[in-house]
Amino acid sequence: MPSNKSVSDAPITQFINCRILRDHRLQRDDLWVREGKILNPEKLFFDEEGFADLQVDCGDGILAPGFIDVQINGGYGVDFSQAADDISGGMALVAKKILEHGVTSFCPTLVTSPPHIYHKVRATDRVLVSVQVLPQVSVDDGGPGGAGVLGVHLEGPFISREKRGAHPERYLCSLAGGGLKDLLEVYGSLDNVAIVTLAPEIPGSLEVVRQLKERGITVSLGHSVADLSQAEQAVQHGATFITHLFNAMLPFHHRDPGIVGLLTSDQVPENRTIFYGMIADGIHTNPAALRIAHRAHPAGLVLVTDAITAMGLPPGRHTLGQQDIEIEGLHAYVAGTKTLSGSIATMDMCVRHFQQASGCSLEAALEAASLHPAQLLGISHRKGTLNYGTDADFVLLDDELSVRATYIAGHQVWRK
Amino acid sequence: MKLIILDDYDKASEWAAKYIRNRILHFNPGPGRFFTLGLPTGGTPLGCYKKLIEYFKKGELSFKYVKTFNMDEYCVFHELVKAEISHLDMNTKDYHSFMWNNFFKHIDIRAENAHILDGNAVDLQAECDAFEEKIKAVGGIELFVGGIGPDGHIAFNEPGSSLASRTRVKTLALDTILANARFFDGDLSKVPTMALTVGVATVMDAKEVMILITGAHKAFALYKAIEEGVNHMWTVSAFQQHPQTLFVCDEDATLELRVKTVKYFKGMMQVHNKLVEPLSPMQEKQRITVEMSEKPYSD
Repeated sequence: MPSNKSVSDAPITQFINCRILRDHRLQRDDLWVREGKILNPEKLFFDEEGFADLQVDCGDGILAPGFIDVQINGGYGVDFSQAADDISGGMALVAKKILEHGVTSFCPTLVTSPPHIYHKVRATDRVLVSVQVLPQVSVDDGGPGGAGVLGVHLEGPFISREKRGAHPERYLCSLAGGGLKDLLEVYGSLDNVAIVTLAPEIPGSLEVVRQLKERGITVSLGHSVADLSQAEQAVQHGATFITHLFNAMLPFHHRDPGIVGLLTSDQVPENRTIFYGMIADGIHTNPAALRIAHRAHPAGLVLVTDAITAMGLPPGRHTLGQQDIEIEGLHAYVAGTKTLSGSIATMDMCVRHFQQASGCSLEAALEAASLHPAQLLGISHRKGTLNYGTDADFVLLDDELSVRATYIAGHQVWRK
Repeated sequence: MKLIILDDYDKASEWAAKYIRNRILHFNPGPGRFFTLGLPTGGTPLGCYKKLIEYFKKGELSFKYVKTFNMDEYCVFHELVKAEISHLDMNTKDYHSFMWNNFFKHIDIRAENAHILDGNAVDLQAECDAFEEKIKAVGGIELFVGGIGPDGHIAFNEPGSSLASRTRVKTLALDTILANARFFDGDLSKVPTMALTVGVATVMDAKEVMILITGAHKAFALYKAIEEGVNHMWTVSAFQQHPQTLFVCDEDATLELRVKTVKYFKGMMQVHNKLVEPLSPMQEKQRITVEMSEKPYSD
């Protein structure tokens, strides 16, 4: 028990026999947790004369900050963009299941949809928030019920027709030049929105970018045919993310690099980092392209799953909404064809594949799934690291980066 | 004194750690019966601390009933804006951090038994007086482990410090500040110029003193400390007048000594090594009589 000089009576847990990711290095050190936050043991020792109530042996494993997935469309048969009556149940199911992949926070992603989907989800979302799909106080924190929701990622409908990918054409929208008013007409509200993906070549988008940034919403460029200078203008107005680099944008060309050129652009404002999402499942991006991006701009790489409804389902044929999907290994095809219908890789698979394909250090691979997304969303003072005072969301891994256990607020929420 | 000469730094660190281990085990500390240990900081004792941690992890040694008293601490925050040095590696700018990272966090010592002077105290001299009282309250120090500076100082008792001094605030010598600059971004203006330190007499009060000296850069100081007279310009020389002193050093530290001195003490190693022979495991020590009380010779 902490001694009489303690500032708190809450129990202290000490995770021993582990290597923790701190200051960009894996160091042999213990991790201390109290009241859901990472505790500074030196202050505890000298200022409070306290010590641990409970020691947890981590079996020489790696403790890394919990993974943060900023682009996930659903999974386990659930599609966040479908107006199902149990949307809250669906989100909760996915939130719970992704704990197995080491994900402790995520941004449920809604693809281009008719307005009534957004409003319904918005309204349901508000109810969601107050009725607690995730049994924690704020919408941000997760717990034993599942990973925390950081906010919604709205991918579309303000995107390019030519690069819409799988998004339904009839629900694409243009901007009438009224700035956020246009968005509010479609989305209904911007509460609980973390990220908006849009195409910067759409007239009127720059003003929207500026206003979204003012509201603290991360703006991402994607599903676009913008050239580099259009993309740079969007960045100067506040865009900071690129949605699944290489996919749904013009390919890199040496005389017009397009959005991909942002990775090495000299027009990016000082002290601003451009982050870019990478689906590192070995399918959506050729490993050589992954390496080019990583080597050009390692600090900006953010691993995302962009997982679809079929993620987590067993191999074979499934009917999801209007589509029949065939799952073979890591591929999900439109049934009877060889057309990819989306990504079904899990976040831990992406981390492993990224590390193997790029040959980067374990630390860099882990940071691409934790620190970088936290920095992107401006929450790295709370999440994405194991620094003192941050939320104790972390994952226990073995040396092959397989998840052994997942912790939120210091409590074990999943174990292999 | 006993002068213990080992081949290299690692062997010297190991000998010193074994000695400390044996002293604690032989003392047989328990509830209400604490072993009191004085401790140094700096580069020299790191190897010794590593070994002690090893013995703890093997289950050969426990610090549960050991009280420690560190020799010194910087007064940093009275003089500098905290922000200016906040980015520096905590290990080097603060002896609390040094002790935590290099020793305390790896062993089973309780925080209330680890005493380090508080360089942040509002009334520095009162802090020093209180430290002296704490030492008195626990009945004095059994074994005080220390190092030596290149200028022969013990703790921060720089050349010219009174050999009768007690725990007090000291202004640091220019040599020391220059030597420490490397830990403060090489910026002299950021290096602390004051420190709290135990006095020479404070250490002399201990029942036994062990000084660790390794490296050729300390050789001249060792020569001055043991082959010349007692002199307040080389404050470690004061321990020539202590009845139980050990100097543990490596070959390089003996480079300025007379060949005769080195040969004499090397010849005693067979006898001295008996002091670090393994004692039986803690659990069985009640059944074994230890022969350390029979000194093979007297100083």
